[in-house]
Amino acid sequence: MVENGIGASVRRKEDKRFLIGKGNYTDDINVAAQTHAYFVRSPHAHATINSIDTGEAMASTGVVAVLTGDDLAADGIGPLICGVTVTSDDGEPHRAPAHPALAQGKVNYVGDHVAIVIAETLAQARDAAEKVDIDYGVLPAVTDTGSAADEGQQQIHEVAPNNMCFNWPFGEKDAVEAAFASAHKISTLDLVNNRMVTNPMEPRAALGEYNEGTEEITLHLTTQNPHVHRLVLSAFNNLAPEHKLRVVGPDVGGGFGAKIFVYAEELVVGWACRKVKRPVKWTSDRTEAFLSDAHGRDHVATAEMAMDENGKFLAMRVMTQANLGAYLSTFATMVPSYLYAFLLAGQYTTPLIYSEVKAVFTNTAPVDACRGAGRPEATYLVERLVDVAAADMGLDPAEIRRRNFIPVDAFPYQTPVVQCYDSGDYEAALDKAMAMADYDSFSARADEARTRGKRRGIGLSSYVEACGIAPSAAVGQLGAGVGLWESAQVRFNPTGNVQVFTGAHSHGQGHETTFAQLVTEQLGVPFENIEVIHGDTAKTQFGMGTYGSRSLAVGGVAIAKACEKLIAKGKKIAAHALEAAEGDIEFADGNFSVAGTDKAMNIAEVAFTAYVPHSYPEGLEPGFDENAFFDPLNFSFPAGTHICEVEVDPETGVVEIVKYTAVDDFGKLVNPMIVEGQVHGGIVHGVGQALLEGCRYDSEGQLITASYMDYAMPRADNVPSFDVDYAPTNPPHNPLGVKGCGEAGAIGAPPAVINAISNALGIKHIDMPATPENVWRAAQTAALG
Amino acid sequence: MYEFSYHKSASVDGAVEAMNKAEDGKFVAGGQTMLPTMKHRLAAPSDIIDLGGIAELVGITVEGDSINIGAMTTHAAVAASGDVQTMIPMLAKLAGNIGDPAVRNRGTIGGSIANNDPAADYPAAVLALGATVKTNKREIAGDDFFTGMFETALADDELITSVSFPKPTAAAYMKFENPASRYAIVGVCVAKTDDGIRVAVTGATPCVHRGKQLEEALKGEFSSAACVGVDVPEDQMNADIHASAEYRAHLVKVMTKRAVDACT
Ligand SMILES: Cc1cc2nc3c(=O)[nH]c(=O)nc-3n(C[C@H](O)[C@H](O)[C@H](O)COP(=O)(O)OP(=O)(O)OC[C@H]3O[C@@H](n4cnc5c(N)ncnc54)[C@H](O)[C@@H]3O)c2cc1C
Repeated sequence: MVENGIGASVRRKEDKRFLIGKGNYTDDINVAAQTHAYFVRSPHAHATINSIDTGEAMASTGVVAVLTGDDLAADGIGPLICGVTVTSDDGEPHRAPAHPALAQGKVNYVGDHVAIVIAETLAQARDAAEKVDIDYGVLPAVTDTGSAADEGQQQIHEVAPNNMCFNWPFGEKDAVEAAFASAHKISTLDLVNNRMVTNPMEPRAALGEYNEGTEEITLHLTTQNPHVHRLVLSAFNNLAPEHKLRVVGPDVGGGFGAKIFVYAEELVVGWACRKVKRPVKWTSDRTEAFLSDAHGRDHVATAEMAMDENGKFLAMRVMTQANLGAYLSTFATMVPSYLYAFLLAGQYTTPLIYSEVKAVFTNTAPVDACRGAGRPEATYLVERLVDVAAADMGLDPAEIRRRNFIPVDAFPYQTPVVQCYDSGDYEAALDKAMAMADYDSFSARADEARTRGKRRGIGLSSYVEACGIAPSAAVGQLGAGVGLWESAQVRFNPTGNVQVFTGAHSHGQGHETTFAQLVTEQLGVPFENIEVIHGDTAKTQFGMGTYGSRSLAVGGVAIAKACEKLIAKGKKIAAHALEAAEGDIEFADGNFSVAGTDKAMNIAEVAFTAYVPHSYPEGLEPGFDENAFFDPLNFSFPAGTHICEVEVDPETGVVEIVKYTAVDDFGKLVNPMIVEGQVHGGIVHGVGQALLEGCRYDSEGQLITASYMDYAMPRADNVPSFDVDYAPTNPPHNPLGVKGCGEAGAIGAPPAVINAISNALGIKHIDMPATPENVWRAAQTAALG
Repeated sequence: MYEFSYHKSASVDGAVEAMNKAEDGKFVAGGQTMLPTMKHRLAAPSDIIDLGGIAELVGITVEGDSINIGAMTTHAAVAASGDVQTMIPMLAKLAGNIGDPAVRNRGTIGGSIANNDPAADYPAAVLALGATVKTNKREIAGDDFFTGMFETALADDELITSVSFPKPTAAAYMKFENPASRYAIVGVCVAKTDDGIRVAVTGATPCVHRGKQLEEALKGEFSSAACVGVDVPEDQMNADIHASAEYRAHLVKVMTKRAVDACT
């Protein structure tokens, strides 16, 4: 057994530099002759731009340049793109309005980027920005998701009649209708999946430098995927050819999805630094982050379940309206379609599912992937509907789940909605979670709470998600413009230490530790002799980055494959040195040995020999440095049961989470401590959505939750200490046996919390966020006996 | 922030003189309200007069049956003061629950009261305990100090020097926090004082106020049950995305009941 290998809770390598303040974030980087940029943003949700006068701003102290959409268009830069096509019910691709990086004649949400002011100092840029004189022709705004496509609504984009991006039906409508017609019981639920602001701790930033000598642009960005940024900026936005553009994502302070996308500010900074021939830095302030980071969720849906007399699910029907905001962000179309509808089977054998997703434009910030991306929306809907169905059938929520679970012997299981689940044991997780949560004695706790005037409730959520995103062929068929494999390079230095180059990107996940554990396990090199390098297109090979809980399940496997190549090559080198046949060489714990003898050679010696090949196998290339790519055959399917127990104060509506149990199946755990941290963070994210976070625009399109004064983020005292355990199964298609854990909590938690509150008050439903006032109102109307 | 001139004085007189010379000057104490406002470019004072160097404005002293707290005393210092904890434990607890540690280590009682944010905590204590606000010019009774939303009886060149709190027989403050900002959606301070039972309500209306009807009811019988029948008019309540007027009116009663229970 190797020290610090797979399964060890090794402390995170990266934490030292973060804890002593030596992290290196984009805004920490300052270069000679740097200028500062400030974006002039639209104060209106919807308006035409009649004129822009930059004269006074240009004359303002310290100003280097003021650039607008006209300058951008003249240079042929942009527009921004959406990389996934969804075919609408009319057979046409989704409607894709032009998304200029600086407005051209029209603005479509508050915060829309209109001009960039570049000055010697940030204060001077801000002063000058106030002097950019823009004559707006204000138009009525569309902000409400549910009514955005209604007759008579203000039209936002000419190419998108009725503000529709796509209407995407999926499944066998007639068969579902027939099943509903003959069902014993039909349960129905209307719900809203509340809009969230993603809120990474580090705001977005960009630093652009142009080297006139080499004609190369270097862009430091807050990115989760530097190579994807470079590809899109080069191939689609016309910023610079790929080989003349370097994108660096240095330390990045959280992303949660919001830093996947290619944003206007990034493209404009890259372009502007070449135009003004000075480095240009922009760092978002928190207000800009609220206004202009891509938001998440924002669905309005109706779900129906048809059941037989035993509560067996016969068919499900889901009608969803999803808000994509004012323009399409980089992966916007994929989130409410493929990442959502393909998860509607949940953990159940429901044989027939029909869904329709209407995606609409509104005068709000673009909406795209946010931790879980589509799967939280699907899971919330399914797991809430299942609780309603249980109540309608007079069954315990655990019992109706058991009756409909995909049984453990049915894997691989082909769902009616594309996904084929490779592995899982849903009852095992449920049983374990119920035991840990002391589910069976809940009623005694509820009775005791009543004596104190409180109402207790317990809620289950049995989720499954698809991550390790994933098979290129699958996403290609679905209309993605990229492949979703991952790459790795494992390089020995002559002295025997190792540099691992990964195409994944860490913005808090701890790759530098977890990936080093993989290598120490496989190659037997001491953990401290391994360095993981990521985030710089000039250092690492092309890679797809980190999102969709894919880094270990896809990127980790690429590392393992590169290690296998090193072992194979090492065997040749060792065989030559040890004067044995290659077939007789065995490799274990860092040593190549001749089977049945005590002749052995450490991998560090093999590496040295490869770089100093004085005595070396004939025809073998020198060097000990291998790369590998991995394209998985399937998504991975983490699953589990979360149980939330709440105590509601009916007099104030305050909800306290008194106990939270999570039993997850992530396959094999490489670093259990890091995994538990991801689970905690995910649950808190989900609790935030369920109880606190609600992004709100008013009818004029002003964001009324544009600061932490009004947008409630979860804090430590909003959650209890969690009870976390695992019920793993082995995913057969993943060589490391891992499934991914970064989003599970955010997917599992919201329905567990809302199911618990509904249970406490004996009500059918309460929308998220279940704020004190909303809970108080629900308690008023509920017959609390 | 816009540009401004910065002054720091070691005395009250020096600070007032700097203020009188300034075109549109502002005192700055802990800066916890002032600086965010300036950073958001919502305030553009010509001059900032920093009170941070005036030693005489800092400190807590017991004067007979009262506690005198210097205007520049931080929330953290009030929360940690043994004298405050002994004489008016409610006040120490209130101060210890304002904002977060960073805010409590910078923010001051003078700044909080001068600012008179409708959702701030200290104003409820000043009113309910019948405190006296001392300035460089005069003494102002708590009842006369808070005049409207973000408005006080202070003149432009008037500086709070300290606040004097008489020790109550019993007092309790119940705060229903805004889940986002954690300011008070409704905060009710109930005190039994030499002047009778006093109830002050913050957060609920544009300016902190005495809950006179609640006081009347509690004079009859000091129990939470006595509050139940009191009419808290909704039409004067604040309303925002966190709490409607109806909910706030309800919370005023609930917080009063809980404060009364905590007093007895
Ligand atoms: C994140 C955060 C959370 C907060 N949470 C709460 C909360 O829960 N409850 C709460 O009550 N408050 C809260 N606050 C406000 C905090 O208590 C501030 O400290 C207070 O409002 C202002 O005090 P200050 O010393 O920082 O004053 P400053 O910001 O420096 O000044 C505020 C105003 O008072 C004036 N002023 C200051 N001192 C004097 C004086 N001696 N005489 C005359 N005028 C003066 C200034 O000119 C200015 O107009 C919070 C603040 C922040 C940033």
